[in-house]
Amino acid sequence: MTYSAGYGDPESGGPATAWRDGWPVYDRSGTVCVIGAGPSGLTAMKNLKEQGFGVDCYERETSVGGAWNWRHDRSPVYSSTHLISSKPFSQFPDFPMPDSWADYPKHTQVLEYLEHYADHFDLKPHIWFGTEVVKVEPAEGDRWDVTTRSTGGYGGERIHRYAAVVIANGHNWSPKRPEYEGLEDFKGEVIHAAQFKDAAQLRGRKVLVVGAGNTGCDIAVEAAQQAARCWHSSRRGYWYTPKYALGRPADQVNDTMLWLRLPLRLRQLIAHRTLKTTVGDLTRFGLPKPDHKIFETHTITNSQLIYYLGHGAVTPVPDIARFHRNSVELKGGEVIEPDLVVLATGYHPVFEFIDGNLLGVDASGRPRLAMHAFPKRLPTLAVAGLLQPDSGLFPLVHWQMVAFARLLRMREAAPAKAVAVQRRLEAELDRKWTGAKVQGTSRHWFEISHTVYLKAIQRLLDELSLEGAVK
Amino acid sequence: MKVIRTREWAFPVAPARREVRRATPEVDEGRPPLLFVPGFGHGAWVFAEHWLEHAADRGFPAYAVSLRGHGESAAAPKATLRAYAHDVAQVAASLPRRAVIVGHGAGALVTAHALARYPARAAVLLSPVFGGAGTALRNPMLSLPALFGGGLRLPAGQLFSRELPAGAARGYATRLGRASARAQWQLLRGRTPQPPVGDPPVLVVGSPDDRIVSDAALRRVARAYGGAPLLFPGMGHDLMLDVRWREPIDAILDWLEKSA
Repeated sequence: MTYSAGYGDPESGGPATAWRDGWPVYDRSGTVCVIGAGPSGLTAMKNLKEQGFGVDCYERETSVGGAWNWRHDRSPVYSSTHLISSKPFSQFPDFPMPDSWADYPKHTQVLEYLEHYADHFDLKPHIWFGTEVVKVEPAEGDRWDVTTRSTGGYGGERIHRYAAVVIANGHNWSPKRPEYEGLEDFKGEVIHAAQFKDAAQLRGRKVLVVGAGNTGCDIAVEAAQQAARCWHSSRRGYWYTPKYALGRPADQVNDTMLWLRLPLRLRQLIAHRTLKTTVGDLTRFGLPKPDHKIFETHTITNSQLIYYLGHGAVTPVPDIARFHRNSVELKGGEVIEPDLVVLATGYHPVFEFIDGNLLGVDASGRPRLAMHAFPKRLPTLAVAGLLQPDSGLFPLVHWQMVAFARLLRMREAAPAKAVAVQRRLEAELDRKWTGAKVQGTSRHWFEISHTVYLKAIQRLLDELSLEGAVK
Repeated sequence: MKVIRTREWAFPVAPARREVRRATPEVDEGRPPLLFVPGFGHGAWVFAEHWLEHAADRGFPAYAVSLRGHGESAAAPKATLRAYAHDVAQVAASLPRRAVIVGHGAGALVTAHALARYPARAAVLLSPVFGGAGTALRNPMLSLPALFGGGLRLPAGQLFSRELPAGAARGYATRLGRASARAQWQLLRGRTPQPPVGDPPVLVVGSPDDRIVSDAALRRVARAYGGAPLLFPGMGHDLMLDVRWREPIDAILDWLEKSA
């Protein structure tokens, strides 16, 4: 980055060239703005750089890693967080995790990996740490005005104009808290899983864990070991798959079936059989029977929950009916008396800095994006990593960003073809990317199957190969 | 570009202990690290002999890996080309900065496979043996035993020029090992590597007097990467051990400095 002598904005190397609402706008010409330096932001930068773009990244924290950096306010990781997908599914496809790490690395290793990625590809000089994005507004010529300021709001705001914007602000930081009758009168402590950091918080308490997602199950397992009592409330039945099956990481076994091109029905049959003979019937522990076949929503990956259910250390209970002053009433009438309630009820994606209409956000907060990444009629804007895959997220974001960088390149090299690709993407705006019919609750809308999604990416990349454009 | 890799995900390469030799400059001048990949039968020591120190003297941090089953790395009698490429990508990704990969002989083919899995800053293919029937026919006596699971025969006369004293040549030749039978088979089959990721510049270096790689084969590989080979007449196959080892490494480092 060159610094200009004298006047103007030092970051952009020159005086303002445009104005917006009376404020100067500093033009960053062909540079692309990346919002967030978590895994999605980092891989966006790396792949944009690889395609020859200049990048400016704004990160509200003072270090990289996003959600995976436990030092960050918005990080949801707790001390025992481990990956739930094994290494081949979790690493960037062009930057392997070390052989010396275990199959399912710990969150501190994931952070180490991301830090190393940032250093290896020389990304840090492009990141403006401690800077948050306040506003992202469209400017003429499919460009974007990005307003930033120091995190916390100290100092003035600046506006820079970019050729394109990648939104990589993450979707696991704004807690989703369900409404319960009588919750405000409850005398016990109620926290969201986002505030759960360490098992010590549970020691000796009577804990009710709400939610049977991967986080909820992890916390129930911790509570089983630390707490005086643990109830685990789930609304519906899920499929619990162990981390290892047939002596190998379970996701690798699953992809062996995909590699053999077994049809879904057969895979479901094999998986049902394998679970029946290894895990067994979970209803005998009091868990609700799954109301769907396996693979219709993502399975819960947890080997230990079943173990602690078998020890009686975790008591499965139904959904909460209402809170009383000193107790919690469950659906079915049972009353329990926890003194700590942990709500592992998930997170909302939030894009507070951009007009929701641009992303097609509906009343439930769900944006309307082609392939969960590309908004309608805005070819220079992308949302990175808004996916809930049945594998690791990193490889998928990587390919999303390779595709976006190529799309931007094609807009220069073969504009007509780029428009055609964009149209084709928009025609599939409401397509789902799941392997089987997905259960329709709101939390599942960005669930995807890694193979279905990557097939779509493969097609997009083939369309975007410039050799094809010349022919 | 291949995005769906179910086979690689379902059957990841098993970890292996790897020997990595290094020579780093006293002052880090921000130059990219070089990762040298020896060919079949060769270990990291072939680069440790002259090139690592020389590269470090010129300011480039230099590393050489022994592919599994070679040098001091763990034994791997069943290793595949994919496992070798995995070894290269693993070491490259562990380096502090984006690396330049320099592969020699069949190690150049391993490098080409690794380039599809790691976005190298640049790559150099030295006397590349990309396999296939052509290579085998040119060297029938070398490759014949490999058809029956034996090692590729690598006599000193095939690897070095006459300038290298016979004693030294014999000394080097006795230190050679062998690649796994499976990898040798895969070499003979000569599957074309997937295209490199990250579009690295690729330089092909060789000798017209190489008795293993023909001039035509050299040109074919160079053409596949959109260039012409850089030639060092009079040298043998093992450029880094020959008497005039200084010339090719200096040319490579000059090329890197110029393209940086």
